[in-house]
Amino acid sequence: MIVGRVAGELTSTINHPFFDGRTLLIVDRETPDGEPTGDYLVAVDTVGAGRGQRVLVLDEGNGARQIVGCSTAPLRSVVVGIVDALG
Amino acid sequence: MLLGRVIGTVIPCVVYEGLRGVPMLVVQPLDREGRPRGRAIVAADPTRMAGPGELVYFEGGREAALLLEPSFVPVDHAIVGIVDGFSRAPGGTA
Repeated sequence: MIVGRVAGELTSTINHPFFDGRTLLIVDRETPDGEPTGDYLVAVDTVGAGRGQRVLVLDEGNGARQIVGCSTAPLRSVVVGIVDALG
Repeated sequence: MLLGRVIGTVIPCVVYEGLRGVPMLVVQPLDREGRPRGRAIVAADPTRMAGPGELVYFEGGREAALLLEPSFVPVDHAIVGIVDGFSRAPGGTA
């Protein structure tokens, strides 16, 4: 998994049906000690993360499909947690 | 998923049967600020609605194959959807 910060939300009306009604967040990747890496990814939110919050992102297909409970979900990046602190 | 800009189309004359009729678009990956980053790729477009100049988000690997019906045709990139807009954190640009 990776740590990142929610930079914003992406809105889209024309997309694969699986993504209908799902929140898409733009997440800036961070190192485990919270430094931005310059990379980003677009992830589906499952925990209600808001802009500016530090989040935990699962970036692997099988785990993502388990989370959404659909074995054919075309999904890889899922926000799975909101980080309170990095130690 | 990553952001990309459609910069062209590819029209194959001969293609693997699972890909017949699937639009193929040339997509330039973008960084978070919307600037080109890395090399352009060819992505299948299951939405069949993205055109040149449009901002899209795309996925690679096995998930790209899953985006196409019947899934599991040989593609390594596919467009997930067309971006309508962003709502950004204060101070964010692009």
